[in-house]
Amino acid sequence: MLKLSEYQAAIKGLNHTPDHDPAAIQISGAYVCDMLSDVMGNAKPGQAWITIMKHLNTVAVASLAGLPAIIFAKGNQPDGAVVEKASAEGICLISSDLDTFSLAGILYSMLNA
Amino acid sequence: MRDFAAARSEMAEYWHIRLGLEDPVKKFFSQAPEADVTLEADIPEKDFNSAGRGSAEVKNLLKRLGVDPEVLRRVAVAAYEAEINVAAHSLGGSMTSNIHPELIHMVFQDNGPGIADIEQAMIPGFSTADEMVRELGFGAGLGLPNIQKNADALHISSEKGDSTCLEIIIYFKNDGQ
Repeated sequence: MLKLSEYQAAIKGLNHTPDHDPAAIQISGAYVCDMLSDVMGNAKPGQAWITIMKHLNTVAVASLAGLPAIIFAKGNQPDGAVVEKASAEGICLISSDLDTFSLAGILYSMLNA
Repeated sequence: MRDFAAARSEMAEYWHIRLGLEDPVKKFFSQAPEADVTLEADIPEKDFNSAGRGSAEVKNLLKRLGVDPEVLRRVAVAAYEAEINVAAHSLGGSMTSNIHPELIHMVFQDNGPGIADIEQAMIPGFSTADEMVRELGFGAGLGLPNIQKNADALHISSEKGDSTCLEIIIYFKNDGQ
């Protein structure tokens, strides 16, 4: 397990949901995918979700699948409606300029350090 | 009481019942008991912001009722996939969730145009989704397989040119009691 705040620092991430403190969120790993059905079918509760998808359904999927955080790769920024929904659903949204491969690699190294 | 043989002769039908749960599922459909609580949700065509409201409502209610988190996740994922299917592939429809003491029975009824080949639709990766649906990250051909994976019972009746009715049963306890 890893504190989301430590991962956020490592990827120079920006938290869009100040209601949710990344220091209070533990992640067990991540699921990396842009297909929503694949995420719903295979992501495990407690994992972060690394993706470039940033529309409202992304938040719905994270909520249904029990994923506490979404990490947007390549500088993707969610719009206001998405942030609002995530805040209400208890999902932490973080953007990073890094690409998906780097985001996954950094998390993998931290979890296996 | 539902006449299984008659239904089969009129429409294309698909059944999947989790191993060991055949008896309670058949008993449920034959007795058709009245639900303790029924929730209704509209699913407008191609409205992917509304799709998911019904699932969220059901999830919140079951959470308040103290349903096990893993069961809750299965219900939510199956319901959301089914809602997305109605929004993506039909002219719109509705979701009815019947909550009983030991199970949830969800019925997704749409206004057509029906599934041409249900067996083909069940194959992971097969999809007829359009570009708009795919751009949202749906349409990978995993919806129905995901529903089947999470449901204790799945029943689909459909015919090309007619409506589709998809029913899901999920028990709150593993043994179906």
